[in-house]
Amino acid sequence: MDITLLKQNGKTEFPSTCTTKLKTEKVNLYYGTFQALRNVTLEIPACNITAIIGPSGCGKSSLLRLFNRMNDLIPGSRVEGNVELDGIPIYGPKVDVVELMKRVGMVFQKPNPFPMSVFENVAYGPRRHGINNRAELEEIVEKSLRQAASWDEVKEKLEQSGLALSGGQQQRLCIARVLAVEPEVILMDEPCSALDPVATLKIEDLMRNLAQEYTIIIVTHNMQQAARVSDMAAFMMMEEDRAGTLVEYGPTSKLFTNPKDKRTEDYITGRFG
Amino acid sequence: MTYKVGISRQITQRTAFVFLGLATAITVIPVLFIIIYTAIKGGGAISWDFITQFPSQAGKAGGIFPAIVGTLYLMLGTLVFALPVGVLAGIYLTEYARDNWLTRLINLAIVNLSGVPSIVFGLFGLSMFALTFHFGLSLLTASLTLACQALAMVITTSREAILAVPREYREGSLAIGTTKWQTIRHIVLPQAFPGIITGAVLAISRAAGETAPILVVGAAFLMPKLPQSPFDQFMALPYHLYTVAAHVPNMPKETIWGVALMLLIVVLSFDILAAVIRIKTRQKR
Repeated sequence: MDITLLKQNGKTEFPSTCTTKLKTEKVNLYYGTFQALRNVTLEIPACNITAIIGPSGCGKSSLLRLFNRMNDLIPGSRVEGNVELDGIPIYGPKVDVVELMKRVGMVFQKPNPFPMSVFENVAYGPRRHGINNRAELEEIVEKSLRQAASWDEVKEKLEQSGLALSGGQQQRLCIARVLAVEPEVILMDEPCSALDPVATLKIEDLMRNLAQEYTIIIVTHNMQQAARVSDMAAFMMMEEDRAGTLVEYGPTSKLFTNPKDKRTEDYITGRFG
Repeated sequence: MTYKVGISRQITQRTAFVFLGLATAITVIPVLFIIIYTAIKGGGAISWDFITQFPSQAGKAGGIFPAIVGTLYLMLGTLVFALPVGVLAGIYLTEYARDNWLTRLINLAIVNLSGVPSIVFGLFGLSMFALTFHFGLSLLTASLTLACQALAMVITTSREAILAVPREYREGSLAIGTTKWQTIRHIVLPQAFPGIITGAVLAISRAAGETAPILVVGAAFLMPKLPQSPFDQFMALPYHLYTVAAHVPNMPKETIWGVALMLLIVVLSFDILAAVIRIKTRQKR
Protein backbone atom coordinates (compact mmCIF):
# COMPACT_ATOMS: atom_id res chain seq x y z
CA MET A 1 0.00 0.00 0.00
CA ASP A 2 1.54 3.22 -1.12
CA ILE A 3 1.10 6.04 1.28
CA THR A 4 2.61 9.41 0.80
CA LEU A 5 2.24 11.56 3.78
CA LEU A 6 2.88 15.19 3.84
CA LYS A 7 4.05 16.95 6.90
CA GLN A 8 2.55 20.40 7.02
CA ASN A 9 2.80 22.73 9.97
CA GLY A 10 3.45 19.82 12.26
CA LYS A 11 0.18 18.16 11.32
CA THR A 12 0.14 14.76 9.67
CA GLU A 13 -2.03 14.66 6.60
CA PHE A 14 -3.11 11.66 4.64
CA PRO A 15 -3.90 11.55 0.96
CA SER A 16 -7.56 12.23 0.29
CA THR A 17 -8.25 8.54 -0.36
CA CYS A 18 -7.21 7.67 3.15
CA THR A 19 -9.42 8.87 5.96
CA THR A 20 -8.56 9.17 9.58
CA LYS A 21 -9.95 6.25 11.56
CA LEU A 22 -8.64 6.98 15.02
CA LYS A 23 -7.28 10.14 16.49
CA THR A 24 -5.80 11.13 19.82
CA GLU A 25 -5.32 14.71 20.90
CA LYS A 26 -3.08 15.67 23.81
CA VAL A 27 -3.92 12.50 25.67
CA ASN A 28 -2.69 11.94 29.19
CA LEU A 29 -3.36 8.59 30.82
CA TYR A 30 -2.99 7.98 34.54
CA TYR A 31 -3.09 4.84 36.62
CA GLY A 32 -3.77 6.35 40.02
CA THR A 33 -1.01 8.89 40.53
CA PHE A 34 1.27 7.29 37.96
CA GLN A 35 1.20 8.93 34.55
CA ALA A 36 1.47 6.29 31.84
CA LEU A 37 1.04 8.50 28.78
CA ARG A 38 1.85 12.17 28.30
CA ASN A 39 0.54 14.46 25.63
CA VAL A 40 0.08 11.88 22.89
CA THR A 41 -1.31 13.26 19.65
CA LEU A 42 -1.61 11.15 16.52
CA GLU A 43 -3.96 10.25 13.70
CA ILE A 44 -4.31 6.71 12.48
CA PRO A 45 -5.41 6.16 8.88
CA ALA A 46 -8.13 3.68 7.96
CA CYS A 47 -7.30 0.41 6.22
CA ASN A 48 -3.66 0.52 7.10
CA ILE A 49 -1.33 -1.12 9.54
CA THR A 50 0.09 1.18 12.15
CA ALA A 51 2.91 -0.13 14.30
CA ILE A 52 3.69 1.19 17.75
CA ILE A 53 7.30 0.55 18.68
CA GLY A 54 9.55 1.49 21.55
CA PRO A 55 11.44 0.09 24.52
CA SER A 56 9.74 -1.90 27.30
CA GLY A 57 7.54 0.10 29.59
CA CYS A 58 7.20 3.09 27.28
CA GLY A 59 3.42 2.91 27.21
CA LYS A 60 2.88 1.11 23.89
CA SER A 61 0.25 -1.23 25.28
CA SER A 62 -1.36 1.55 27.28
CA LEU A 63 -1.73 3.59 24.10
CA LEU A 64 -3.19 0.58 22.29
CA ARG A 65 -5.66 -0.12 25.08
CA LEU A 66 -6.76 3.49 24.94
CA PHE A 67 -8.51 2.80 21.65
CA ASN A 68 -10.96 0.21 22.98
CA ARG A 69 -11.06 1.55 26.54
CA MET A 70 -9.54 -1.68 27.85
CA ASN A 71 -7.63 0.52 30.30
CA ASP A 72 -10.95 1.21 32.00
CA LEU A 73 -10.66 -2.25 33.58
CA ILE A 74 -7.73 -1.06 35.64
CA PRO A 75 -8.98 0.55 38.83
CA GLY A 76 -7.86 4.16 39.15
CA SER A 77 -7.19 4.71 35.45
CA ARG A 78 -8.07 8.15 34.11
CA VAL A 79 -7.86 9.70 30.67
CA GLU A 80 -7.40 13.35 29.80
CA GLY A 81 -7.59 14.73 26.29
CA ASN A 82 -9.54 13.47 23.33
CA VAL A 83 -9.66 10.10 21.60
CA GLU A 84 -11.88 9.79 18.54
CA LEU A 85 -13.13 6.93 16.41
CA ASP A 86 -14.55 8.17 13.11
CA GLY A 87 -14.73 11.63 14.63
CA ILE A 88 -16.71 10.53 17.68
CA PRO A 89 -15.07 11.06 21.07
CA ILE A 90 -14.96 7.59 22.60
CA TYR A 91 -14.37 8.85 26.13
CA GLY A 92 -17.35 11.17 25.85
CA PRO A 93 -20.60 10.75 27.71
CA LYS A 94 -23.19 8.30 26.39
CA VAL A 95 -20.52 6.15 24.75
CA ASP A 96 -21.48 2.48 24.77
CA VAL A 97 -18.19 0.83 25.69
CA VAL A 98 -19.48 -2.64 24.80
CA GLU A 99 -20.39 -1.44 21.30
CA LEU A 100 -17.01 0.29 21.06
CA MET A 101 -15.22 -2.96 21.88
CA LYS A 102 -17.25 -4.73 19.22
CA ARG A 103 -16.09 -2.19 16.62
CA VAL A 104 -12.53 -2.14 17.95
CA GLY A 105 -11.49 -5.75 18.49
CA MET A 106 -8.36 -6.86 20.25
CA VAL A 107 -5.82 -9.69 19.94
CA PHE A 108 -3.53 -10.30 22.88
CA GLN A 109 0.11 -11.12 23.42
CA LYS A 110 -0.51 -14.60 24.69
CA PRO A 111 -2.97 -16.56 22.56
CA ASN A 112 -6.06 -16.84 24.75
CA PRO A 113 -8.59 -19.17 23.14
CA PHE A 114 -11.43 -19.94 25.51
CA PRO A 115 -11.45 -23.47 26.97
CA MET A 116 -14.11 -24.61 24.50
CA SER A 117 -14.19 -26.05 20.99
CA VAL A 118 -12.70 -24.28 17.98
CA PHE A 119 -16.21 -23.76 16.63
CA GLU A 120 -17.52 -22.32 19.89
CA ASN A 121 -14.53 -20.02 20.20
CA VAL A 122 -15.38 -18.34 16.90
CA ALA A 123 -19.14 -18.53 17.44
CA TYR A 124 -18.80 -17.01 20.91
CA GLY A 125 -19.01 -13.38 19.83
CA PRO A 126 -21.87 -13.78 17.33
CA ARG A 127 -23.81 -15.84 19.87
CA ARG A 128 -23.45 -13.12 22.48
CA HIS A 129 -24.63 -10.61 19.93
CA GLY A 130 -27.81 -12.57 19.48
CA ILE A 131 -27.18 -14.96 16.58
CA ASN A 132 -28.44 -18.43 17.51
CA ASN A 133 -29.28 -19.94 14.16
CA ARG A 134 -26.93 -22.88 13.65
CA ALA A 135 -26.60 -22.48 9.88
CA GLU A 136 -25.87 -18.79 10.23
CA LEU A 137 -23.26 -19.49 12.89
CA GLU A 138 -21.62 -22.15 10.73
CA GLU A 139 -21.38 -19.66 7.92
CA ILE A 140 -19.81 -17.02 10.15
CA VAL A 141 -17.36 -19.51 11.65
CA GLU A 142 -16.20 -20.71 8.24
CA LYS A 143 -15.91 -17.20 6.84
CA SER A 144 -13.98 -15.94 9.88
CA LEU A 145 -11.62 -18.91 9.92
CA ARG A 146 -11.00 -18.48 6.19
CA GLN A 147 -10.27 -14.78 6.71
CA ALA A 148 -7.85 -15.77 9.46
CA ALA A 149 -6.11 -18.24 7.10
CA SER A 150 -7.02 -21.11 9.41
CA TRP A 151 -9.90 -22.90 7.73
CA ASP A 152 -7.91 -25.54 5.90
CA GLU A 153 -5.94 -26.41 9.02
CA VAL A 154 -8.81 -26.60 11.48
CA LYS A 155 -11.89 -27.54 9.44
CA GLU A 156 -11.50 -31.15 10.59
CA LYS A 157 -10.95 -30.05 14.18
CA LEU A 158 -13.92 -27.77 14.75
CA GLU A 159 -15.17 -29.82 17.68
CA GLN A 160 -11.75 -30.13 19.32
CA SER A 161 -10.70 -27.86 22.14
CA GLY A 162 -9.17 -24.59 21.00
CA LEU A 163 -6.45 -25.20 23.55
CA ALA A 164 -5.32 -28.32 21.66
CA LEU A 165 -4.11 -26.26 18.68
CA SER A 166 -0.51 -25.09 18.23
CA GLY A 167 0.44 -21.61 19.43
CA GLY A 168 0.27 -20.06 15.98
CA GLN A 169 -3.05 -21.74 15.23
CA GLN A 170 -4.37 -20.55 18.59
CA GLN A 171 -3.43 -16.98 17.78
CA ARG A 172 -5.11 -17.15 14.37
CA LEU A 173 -8.14 -18.66 16.10
CA CYS A 174 -8.19 -15.61 18.36
CA ILE A 175 -8.02 -13.39 15.29
CA ALA A 176 -10.92 -15.34 13.75
CA ARG A 177 -12.84 -14.89 16.99
CA VAL A 178 -12.42 -11.14 16.68
CA LEU A 179 -13.27 -11.13 12.96
CA ALA A 180 -16.49 -13.03 13.65
CA VAL A 181 -18.07 -9.94 15.21
CA GLU A 182 -17.09 -7.81 12.18
CA PRO A 183 -15.02 -5.11 13.81
CA GLU A 184 -13.60 -2.10 11.98
CA VAL A 185 -10.36 -1.84 13.89
CA ILE A 186 -8.18 -4.67 15.18
CA LEU A 187 -5.74 -3.91 17.97
CA MET A 188 -2.87 -6.36 18.29
CA ASP A 189 -0.75 -6.35 21.42
CA GLU A 190 2.53 -8.07 20.48
CA PRO A 191 0.58 -10.86 18.78
CA CYS A 192 3.67 -12.82 17.72
CA SER A 193 5.88 -12.57 20.77
CA ALA A 194 4.90 -16.05 21.96
CA LEU A 195 5.21 -17.62 18.49
CA ASP A 196 8.00 -19.19 16.46
CA PRO A 197 9.28 -17.48 13.28
CA VAL A 198 7.18 -19.57 10.88
CA ALA A 199 3.97 -18.92 12.80
CA THR A 200 4.98 -15.26 13.04
CA LEU A 201 5.31 -14.95 9.26
CA LYS A 202 1.88 -16.53 8.80
CA ILE A 203 0.34 -13.95 11.11
CA GLU A 204 2.15 -11.16 9.28
CA ASP A 205 0.83 -12.36 5.91
CA LEU A 206 -2.60 -12.53 7.44
CA MET A 207 -2.29 -8.98 8.73
CA ARG A 208 -1.36 -7.69 5.28
CA ASN A 209 -4.46 -9.34 3.83
CA LEU A 210 -6.70 -8.02 6.57
CA ALA A 211 -5.38 -4.50 6.17
CA GLN A 212 -7.35 -4.20 2.94
CA GLU A 213 -10.57 -4.16 4.93
CA TYR A 214 -9.57 -3.42 8.51
CA THR A 215 -7.59 -0.79 10.32
CA ILE A 216 -4.89 -2.58 12.24
CA ILE A 217 -2.76 -1.25 15.04
CA ILE A 218 0.03 -3.47 16.25
CA VAL A 219 2.30 -3.09 19.24
CA THR A 220 5.58 -4.87 18.65
CA HIS A 221 8.99 -5.25 20.21
CA ASN A 222 10.29 -6.54 16.97
CA MET A 223 11.49 -3.75 14.73
CA GLN A 224 11.95 -5.99 11.71
CA GLN A 225 8.32 -6.93 12.11
CA ALA A 226 7.26 -3.29 12.26
CA ALA A 227 9.33 -2.58 9.15
CA ARG A 228 7.90 -5.60 7.32
CA VAL A 229 4.22 -5.18 8.00
CA SER A 230 3.36 -1.61 8.85
CA ASP A 231 2.45 1.38 6.74
CA MET A 232 2.71 3.85 9.57
CA ALA A 233 4.94 3.69 12.61
CA ALA A 234 4.88 5.44 15.94
CA PHE A 235 8.00 5.48 18.09
CA MET A 236 7.49 5.94 21.82
CA MET A 237 9.81 6.42 24.75
CA MET A 238 9.41 7.10 28.41
CA GLU A 239 10.37 10.27 30.12
CA GLU A 240 12.22 10.53 33.39
CA ASP A 241 9.07 10.03 35.45
CA ARG A 242 8.37 6.92 33.30
CA ALA A 243 5.45 8.54 31.49
CA GLY A 244 5.30 7.39 27.87
CA THR A 245 5.47 9.95 25.10
CA LEU A 246 5.28 9.84 21.35
CA VAL A 247 8.68 10.72 19.91
CA GLU A 248 8.03 10.36 16.23
CA TYR A 249 5.18 9.28 14.02
CA GLY A 250 5.10 8.90 10.27
CA PRO A 251 5.18 6.51 7.34
CA THR A 252 7.17 3.41 8.21
CA SER A 253 9.48 3.80 5.23
CA LYS A 254 10.46 7.28 6.36
CA LEU A 255 10.73 6.48 10.04
CA PHE A 256 13.03 3.58 9.38
CA THR A 257 15.20 5.08 6.66
CA ASN A 258 15.25 8.72 7.51
CA PRO A 259 14.18 9.35 11.10
CA LYS A 260 13.91 12.97 12.11
CA ASP A 261 14.57 12.47 15.77
CA LYS A 262 17.99 11.41 17.05
CA ARG A 263 16.39 9.11 19.63
CA THR A 264 14.42 7.27 16.94
CA GLU A 265 17.58 6.75 14.98
CA ASP A 266 19.43 5.43 18.02
CA TYR A 267 16.63 3.02 18.75
CA ILE A 268 16.12 1.62 15.27
CA THR A 269 19.84 1.22 14.71
CA GLY A 270 19.97 -0.80 17.90
CA ARG A 271 21.99 1.58 19.98
CA PHE A 272 19.64 1.12 22.91
CA GLY A 273 16.41 -0.57 23.87
CA MET B 1 39.80 -27.51 40.04
CA THR B 2 37.52 -29.08 42.62
CA TYR B 3 34.69 -27.49 44.50
CA LYS B 4 34.39 -27.92 48.22
CA VAL B 5 30.85 -28.96 48.80
CA GLY B 6 29.73 -27.67 52.17
CA ILE B 7 28.88 -30.70 54.27
CA SER B 8 26.99 -28.54 56.74
CA ARG B 9 24.77 -27.24 53.94
CA GLN B 10 23.66 -30.77 53.10
CA ILE B 11 23.05 -31.58 56.73
CA THR B 12 20.92 -28.46 57.08
CA GLN B 13 18.95 -29.48 54.04
CA ARG B 14 18.37 -32.99 55.34
CA THR B 15 17.36 -31.74 58.77
CA ALA B 16 14.87 -29.37 57.18
CA PHE B 17 13.33 -32.21 55.18
CA VAL B 18 13.03 -34.35 58.28
CA PHE B 19 11.21 -31.62 60.19
CA LEU B 20 8.91 -30.77 57.30
CA GLY B 21 8.06 -34.45 56.88
CA LEU B 22 7.47 -34.82 60.58
CA ALA B 23 5.11 -31.86 60.65
CA THR B 24 3.15 -33.36 57.76
CA ALA B 25 2.96 -36.73 59.52
CA ILE B 26 1.70 -35.09 62.69
CA THR B 27 -1.19 -33.53 60.79
CA VAL B 28 -2.11 -36.77 59.07
CA ILE B 29 -1.80 -39.17 62.00
CA PRO B 30 -4.74 -37.88 64.13
CA VAL B 31 -7.07 -37.97 61.14
CA LEU B 32 -6.11 -41.54 60.26
CA PHE B 33 -6.23 -42.54 63.91
CA ILE B 34 -9.76 -41.18 64.37
CA ILE B 35 -11.03 -42.89 61.24
CA ILE B 36 -9.40 -46.25 62.00
CA TYR B 37 -10.29 -46.22 65.70
CA THR B 38 -13.91 -45.35 64.96
CA ALA B 39 -14.07 -48.04 62.31
CA ILE B 40 -12.70 -50.68 64.68
CA LYS B 41 -14.95 -49.69 67.57
CA GLY B 42 -18.12 -49.15 65.57
CA GLY B 43 -17.65 -51.40 62.56
CA GLY B 44 -19.43 -54.26 64.30
CA ALA B 45 -22.59 -52.20 64.78
CA ILE B 46 -22.97 -51.37 61.10
CA SER B 47 -25.34 -53.71 59.34
CA TRP B 48 -28.06 -53.46 56.74
CA ASP B 49 -30.67 -53.27 59.51
CA PHE B 50 -28.70 -50.56 61.34
CA ILE B 51 -28.84 -48.37 58.23
CA THR B 52 -32.40 -49.10 57.15
CA GLN B 53 -34.36 -49.58 60.41
CA PHE B 54 -36.01 -47.13 62.77
CA PRO B 55 -34.55 -47.08 66.28
CA SER B 56 -36.23 -48.85 69.14
CA GLN B 57 -35.68 -48.93 72.92
CA ALA B 58 -34.39 -45.32 72.94
CA GLY B 59 -31.80 -46.13 70.29
CA LYS B 60 -30.41 -49.16 72.08
CA ALA B 61 -31.81 -51.43 69.41
CA GLY B 62 -32.95 -51.07 65.82
CA GLY B 63 -31.25 -48.74 63.35
CA ILE B 64 -30.59 -45.09 62.66
CA PHE B 65 -32.33 -44.76 59.29
CA PRO B 66 -34.28 -41.58 60.14
CA ALA B 67 -31.14 -39.87 61.47
CA ILE B 68 -29.27 -40.60 58.22
CA VAL B 69 -32.19 -39.34 56.14
CA GLY B 70 -32.57 -36.27 58.37
CA THR B 71 -28.90 -35.40 57.95
CA LEU B 72 -29.13 -35.78 54.17
CA TYR B 73 -32.25 -33.55 54.14
CA LEU B 74 -30.38 -30.98 56.20
CA MET B 75 -27.44 -31.01 53.79
CA LEU B 76 -29.77 -30.61 50.84
CA GLY B 77 -31.63 -27.75 52.56
CA THR B 78 -28.38 -26.03 53.47
CA LEU B 79 -27.12 -26.36 49.90
CA VAL B 80 -30.35 -24.99 48.40
CA PHE B 81 -30.12 -21.83 50.50
CA ALA B 82 -26.37 -21.31 50.82
CA LEU B 83 -25.23 -22.06 47.25
CA PRO B 84 -27.20 -19.46 45.25
CA VAL B 85 -26.81 -16.70 47.81
CA GLY B 86 -23.14 -17.48 48.37
CA VAL B 87 -22.28 -17.65 44.67
CA LEU B 88 -24.17 -14.47 43.81
CA ALA B 89 -22.52 -12.64 46.70
CA GLY B 90 -19.15 -13.99 45.57
CA ILE B 91 -19.76 -12.70 42.04
CA TYR B 92 -20.84 -9.32 43.32
CA LEU B 93 -17.85 -8.95 45.63
CA THR B 94 -15.28 -9.95 43.00
CA GLU B 95 -16.74 -8.44 39.85
CA TYR B 96 -18.89 -5.50 40.79
CA ALA B 97 -18.11 -4.15 44.25
CA ARG B 98 -15.75 -1.20 44.25
CA ASP B 99 -12.82 -1.30 46.60
CA ASN B 100 -14.10 1.08 49.27
CA TRP B 101 -14.66 1.02 53.02
CA LEU B 102 -18.07 -0.61 52.70
CA THR B 103 -16.71 -3.51 50.63
CA ARG B 104 -13.84 -3.94 53.04
CA LEU B 105 -16.29 -3.95 55.94
CA ILE B 106 -18.39 -6.61 54.21
CA ASN B 107 -15.31 -8.73 53.53
CA LEU B 108 -14.30 -8.40 57.16
CA ALA B 109 -17.80 -9.43 58.22
CA ILE B 110 -17.62 -12.53 56.01
CA VAL B 111 -14.29 -13.56 57.48
CA ASN B 112 -15.67 -13.11 60.98
CA LEU B 113 -18.89 -14.92 60.14
CA SER B 114 -16.94 -18.18 60.05
CA GLY B 115 -15.52 -17.40 63.47
CA VAL B 116 -18.92 -17.05 65.16
CA PRO B 117 -19.51 -20.00 67.52
CA SER B 118 -22.07 -22.36 66.05
CA ILE B 119 -24.34 -22.24 69.08
CA VAL B 120 -24.75 -18.52 68.44
CA PHE B 121 -25.94 -19.35 64.93
CA GLY B 122 -28.38 -21.75 66.56
CA LEU B 123 -29.80 -19.06 68.84
CA PHE B 124 -29.97 -16.63 65.92
CA GLY B 125 -31.85 -19.21 63.86
CA LEU B 126 -34.21 -19.89 66.74
CA SER B 127 -35.14 -16.27 67.23
CA MET B 128 -35.09 -15.26 63.54
CA PHE B 129 -36.48 -18.22 61.59
CA ALA B 130 -38.34 -20.24 64.22
CA LEU B 131 -39.98 -17.39 66.12
CA THR B 132 -39.95 -14.23 63.99
CA PHE B 133 -40.74 -15.95 60.70
CA HIS B 134 -42.87 -18.60 62.43
CA PHE B 135 -41.09 -21.50 60.76
CA GLY B 136 -41.11 -23.22 64.15
CA LEU B 137 -38.68 -25.92 65.20
CA SER B 138 -38.30 -27.56 61.83
CA LEU B 139 -36.15 -28.83 59.05
CA LEU B 140 -36.61 -25.48 57.28
CA THR B 141 -35.41 -23.48 60.28
CA ALA B 142 -32.43 -25.79 60.76
CA SER B 143 -31.51 -25.63 57.06
CA LEU B 144 -31.65 -21.84 57.05
CA THR B 145 -29.59 -21.69 60.23
CA LEU B 146 -26.91 -24.01 58.89
CA ALA B 147 -26.98 -22.14 55.57
CA CYS B 148 -26.15 -18.90 57.37
CA GLN B 149 -23.17 -20.63 58.89
CA ALA B 150 -22.09 -22.24 55.59
CA LEU B 151 -22.46 -18.97 53.73
CA ALA B 152 -19.07 -17.64 54.79
CA MET B 153 -17.30 -20.64 53.34
CA VAL B 154 -19.36 -20.69 50.14
CA ILE B 155 -18.71 -16.99 49.54
CA THR B 156 -15.00 -17.31 50.27
CA THR B 157 -14.47 -20.34 48.02
CA SER B 158 -16.65 -18.87 45.24
CA ARG B 159 -14.66 -15.68 45.38
CA GLU B 160 -11.38 -17.54 45.17
CA ALA B 161 -12.62 -19.71 42.28
CA ILE B 162 -13.81 -16.63 40.40
CA LEU B 163 -10.57 -14.77 41.01
CA ALA B 164 -8.60 -17.78 39.77
CA VAL B 165 -10.12 -17.47 36.28
CA PRO B 166 -7.30 -15.98 34.19
CA ARG B 167 -7.66 -12.33 33.27
CA GLU B 168 -6.88 -13.24 29.64
CA TYR B 169 -10.23 -15.03 29.32
CA ARG B 170 -12.18 -12.05 30.61
CA GLU B 171 -10.29 -9.62 28.42
CA GLY B 172 -10.65 -11.91 25.41
CA SER B 173 -14.39 -11.95 25.91
CA LEU B 174 -14.77 -8.24 26.60
CA ALA B 175 -12.53 -7.43 23.62
CA ILE B 176 -15.17 -8.69 21.21
CA GLY B 177 -17.87 -6.48 22.59
CA THR B 178 -19.65 -8.66 25.12
CA THR B 179 -21.07 -7.22 28.28
CA LYS B 180 -19.58 -7.83 31.67
CA TRP B 181 -22.48 -10.04 32.66
CA GLN B 182 -22.17 -12.11 29.47
CA THR B 183 -18.49 -12.58 30.22
CA ILE B 184 -19.25 -13.68 33.77
CA ARG B 185 -22.09 -15.95 32.69
CA HIS B 186 -20.37 -17.65 29.75
CA ILE B 187 -16.65 -17.51 30.55
CA VAL B 188 -16.01 -16.90 34.24
CA LEU B 189 -18.70 -19.05 35.87
CA PRO B 190 -18.12 -22.21 33.78
CA GLN B 191 -14.43 -21.93 34.62
CA ALA B 192 -15.04 -21.27 38.30
CA PHE B 193 -17.75 -23.94 38.59
CA PRO B 194 -15.58 -26.83 39.87
CA GLY B 195 -14.08 -24.61 42.57
CA ILE B 196 -17.47 -23.28 43.59
CA ILE B 197 -19.03 -26.75 43.80
CA THR B 198 -16.07 -28.10 45.73
CA GLY B 199 -16.40 -25.31 48.26
CA ALA B 200 -20.15 -25.77 48.55
CA VAL B 201 -19.91 -29.53 49.07
CA LEU B 202 -17.23 -29.08 51.73
CA ALA B 203 -19.37 -26.43 53.41
CA ILE B 204 -22.43 -28.70 53.59
CA SER B 205 -20.38 -31.66 54.77
CA ARG B 206 -19.18 -29.47 57.58
CA ALA B 207 -22.75 -28.39 58.27
CA ALA B 208 -23.76 -32.07 58.40
CA GLY B 209 -21.53 -32.54 61.40
CA GLU B 210 -22.85 -29.57 63.35
CA THR B 211 -24.60 -30.45 66.59
CA ALA B 212 -24.98 -27.26 68.57
CA PRO B 213 -27.10 -25.19 66.16
CA ILE B 214 -29.57 -27.96 65.33
CA LEU B 215 -29.92 -28.73 69.03
CA VAL B 216 -31.95 -25.56 69.47
CA VAL B 217 -33.76 -25.33 66.14
CA GLY B 218 -35.60 -28.58 65.74
CA ALA B 219 -33.56 -31.77 65.99
CA ALA B 220 -35.50 -34.49 67.76
CA PHE B 221 -34.06 -37.53 69.48
CA LEU B 222 -36.71 -39.97 68.37
CA MET B 223 -39.30 -39.61 65.65
CA PRO B 224 -41.88 -42.25 64.77
CA LYS B 225 -41.64 -41.42 61.08
CA LEU B 226 -39.56 -39.44 58.58
CA PRO B 227 -40.24 -35.70 58.25
CA GLN B 228 -43.21 -35.26 55.93
CA SER B 229 -42.65 -31.59 55.17
CA PRO B 230 -39.98 -28.90 55.72
CA PHE B 231 -41.98 -27.76 58.73
CA ASP B 232 -41.56 -31.06 60.58
CA GLN B 233 -38.95 -31.79 63.19
CA PHE B 234 -36.24 -34.23 62.21
CA MET B 235 -33.60 -36.60 63.49
CA ALA B 236 -29.95 -36.03 62.62
CA LEU B 237 -26.78 -38.06 63.08
CA PRO B 238 -24.71 -35.67 65.21
CA TYR B 239 -27.60 -34.95 67.57
CA HIS B 240 -28.44 -38.64 67.78
CA LEU B 241 -24.81 -39.39 68.59
CA TYR B 242 -24.78 -36.73 71.29
CA THR B 243 -27.94 -38.08 72.89
CA VAL B 244 -27.10 -41.78 72.81
CA ALA B 245 -23.61 -41.06 74.12
CA ALA B 246 -24.60 -38.65 76.88
CA HIS B 247 -28.20 -39.21 77.88
CA VAL B 248 -29.22 -42.82 77.39
CA PRO B 249 -28.20 -45.10 80.27
CA ASN B 250 -26.84 -48.58 79.56
CA MET B 251 -26.22 -47.74 75.94
CA PRO B 252 -24.15 -50.42 74.15
CA LYS B 253 -20.76 -48.82 73.42
CA GLU B 254 -20.64 -50.39 70.00
CA THR B 255 -23.88 -48.69 68.94
CA ILE B 256 -22.50 -45.29 69.95
CA TRP B 257 -19.38 -45.87 67.87
CA GLY B 258 -21.57 -47.18 65.09
CA VAL B 259 -23.47 -43.88 64.95
CA ALA B 260 -20.17 -41.99 65.00
CA LEU B 261 -18.85 -44.13 62.15
CA MET B 262 -22.00 -43.51 60.11
CA LEU B 263 -21.62 -39.76 60.61
CA LEU B 264 -17.97 -39.97 59.53
CA ILE B 265 -18.93 -41.98 56.46
CA VAL B 266 -21.56 -39.42 55.42
CA VAL B 267 -19.23 -36.45 55.93
CA LEU B 268 -16.19 -38.10 54.33
CA SER B 269 -18.12 -39.38 51.34
CA PHE B 270 -19.16 -35.81 50.54
CA ASP B 271 -15.56 -34.66 50.95
CA ILE B 272 -14.52 -37.39 48.52
CA LEU B 273 -17.34 -36.35 46.18
CA ALA B 274 -15.93 -32.81 46.20
CA ALA B 275 -12.47 -34.13 45.33
CA VAL B 276 -13.88 -36.30 42.52
CA ILE B 277 -15.76 -33.34 41.00
CA ARG B 278 -12.58 -31.28 41.08
CA ILE B 279 -10.46 -33.98 39.46
CA LYS B 280 -13.07 -34.83 36.80
CA THR B 281 -13.54 -31.27 35.66
CA ARG B 282 -9.81 -30.70 35.64
CA GLN B 283 -9.30 -33.68 33.34
CA LYS B 284 -11.99 -32.51 30.98
CA ARG B 285 -10.07 -29.37 30.12
